Amino acid sequence: ALAQQFGLGRAALPEEIAAWDMDVAPDGTGLPAGSGSVEDGEMLFSENCAVCHGEFAEGVDNWPKLAGGDGTLDHDDPLKTVGSYWPYLSTVWDYVHRSMPFGGAQSLSTDEVYAITAYILYSNYLVDDDFVLSNENFLDVEMPNAGGFIVDDRDQSEAHFWTAEPCMENCKDTVEITMRAAVLDVTPEEVSEAEATAKAELKAAAEKQQT
Amino acid sequence: MTDQSQPSTTRRGFLKAGLATGGAIAAGGAAQAAQEPDPLITEIQPWAQGLGDGVDATPYGLPIEYESDVIRRNVEWLTADTISSINFTPIHALDGTITPQGCAFERHHSGAIELRKEDYRLMINGLVDRPLIFTYADLERFPRENRVYFCECAANSGMEWAGAQLNGAQFTHGMIHNMEYSGVPLRTLLEEAGVKPEGKWVYVEGADASSNGRSIPLEKAMDDVLVAFKANGEALRKEHGYPVRLVVPGWEGNMWVKWLRRVEVTTQAIESREETSKYTDTLADGTSRKWTWVMDAKSVITSPSPQSPVTHGPGPLVITGLAWSGRGAITRVDVSIDGGKTWQIARLAQEGQDKALSRFYLDINWDGSEMFLQSRAIDSTGYVQPTKTQLREVRGLNSIYHNNGIQTWWVNANGEAENVEIS
Repeated sequence: ALAQQFGLGRAALPEEIAAWDMDVAPDGTGLPAGSGSVEDGEMLFSENCAVCHGEFAEGVDNWPKLAGGDGTLDHDDPLKTVGSYWPYLSTVWDYVHRSMPFGGAQSLSTDEVYAITAYILYSNYLVDDDFVLSNENFLDVEMPNAGGFIVDDRDQSEAHFWTAEPCMENCKDTVEITMRAAVLDVTPEEVSEAEATAKAELKAAAEKQQT
Repeated sequence: MTDQSQPSTTRRGFLKAGLATGGAIAAGGAAQAAQEPDPLITEIQPWAQGLGDGVDATPYGLPIEYESDVIRRNVEWLTADTISSINFTPIHALDGTITPQGCAFERHHSGAIELRKEDYRLMINGLVDRPLIFTYADLERFPRENRVYFCECAANSGMEWAGAQLNGAQFTHGMIHNMEYSGVPLRTLLEEAGVKPEGKWVYVEGADASSNGRSIPLEKAMDDVLVAFKANGEALRKEHGYPVRLVVPGWEGNMWVKWLRRVEVTTQAIESREETSKYTDTLADGTSRKWTWVMDAKSVITSPSPQSPVTHGPGPLVITGLAWSGRGAITRVDVSIDGGKTWQIARLAQEGQDKALSRFYLDINWDGSEMFLQSRAIDSTGYVQPTKTQLREVRGLNSIYHNNGIQTWWVNANGEAENVEIS
């Protein structure tokens, strides 16, 4: 049975849908026709992106690193970049097109986004310097970590957390302090922000926490 | 005598005197005898004599100045800038379950934008019979629902994966708020457009530059997701998505898209930046979980806690906190004062509500010795909040998101509390 309709709203026009529906799926759905080279991308990246992300996409200060980190995902402090972590190239194109540069989003043309995407691939040693990315060859690019994701499996891998009755008495013999936040001392009230930012371990923590 | 410091000095003197007599406070439970008359009582105070503010003084009020520490706080070093960043709800100072909107945490990816109702448009497109555009006024004409839900950032407690780091419940657990939302079921809007049989997902995005696009399976979209325009009775705050946000009960806060501008029905997940690069959870072997939507059962003692120490000495002590689960209602909270050796069942202020915060209390008679306070939530699915050690055994240290491990506060004999990890 059809649900009740209220006759509210109006039909969306094709121009309106085209203006807002810009997303690109992993299979290339939504990708517009166009192309761009690593060479053009290098120049565009330098002009639009390098002030935060570095000339080689290696990142400046705490700004995201877009290249490097391959093989680090099982390390203590994995470096997650487009090359080391991102599963789909579609996401790079889509995100750059819609939301970058930070503070000047939606200012890049279709071809410029192809070129910048090509340069980010080059910065990650995934294509050669004469590579030209287009909607035609887009799906040919292999992303190193494409197979690195599993769908949420908590129901199975953490099934033991669904315990019928947790321990209430005599649950352990000893309680020892193994770590203290006051020793690390990074909470805003505890130290001035100038002091806090000066500490190297904070920087490491900040990189880890970039969400 | 109107000097406000005088009475409290007197009270402290009284407390010390009480302590000096050795266990007088803990014994008996009868009220203590004052040693001198309290001038707050014996002297006429100005507020009992003069006049207060008129009703025209404050068309829209803020908390009294003495509560000026009950505010959102930022931790500068967490992110590269304050625009794509987070702040924290002062949960250590709140009680009950409803979060005041004015101090409810914020998380933006390109700042809190200003979007007038007149400029607001919502598009439904993709695999629908009739792609539609709604104005804000259109949305107000659909049948409405009211529901209370928690919104918890996926990264709440994320700084604590590697160990005790930030000293306060606001910082360790404050990426959360709980509000009563009024809005239209997303299902109603999708049915207005007519979802085609091939439609399996919806892709939702905001009007801000970051867009924050996320993919949601159609079953969830047709179940309990709300397109909300009121929170705690009034319009959404700018920083919470004014005029319209998505409410995705039980699921990670990132999916609660603010300034919602478009809902697209698709055959597949878009695998956007916010569900590939971010909001994926890396395990010890280097593989990563994706689509970890649900926020598991979790709790924290909000007082005593590092920002809310015990200042009254031994005797009656209210231990209180919050518990919640994205899988259902909180059915029980256990509290330990000895680091998990023994547990007591706490009292829920009211019956647990589906995917909403619950307030719990444990009233004890504190003997003044050190405590290791912990709370452990249990939800309606039988899930028991794990320890951090248990979580790390499955996930390692690099998941960033979804840290719902049991929190420990070490309360010393002075009543000061510290964020610690224990064996």
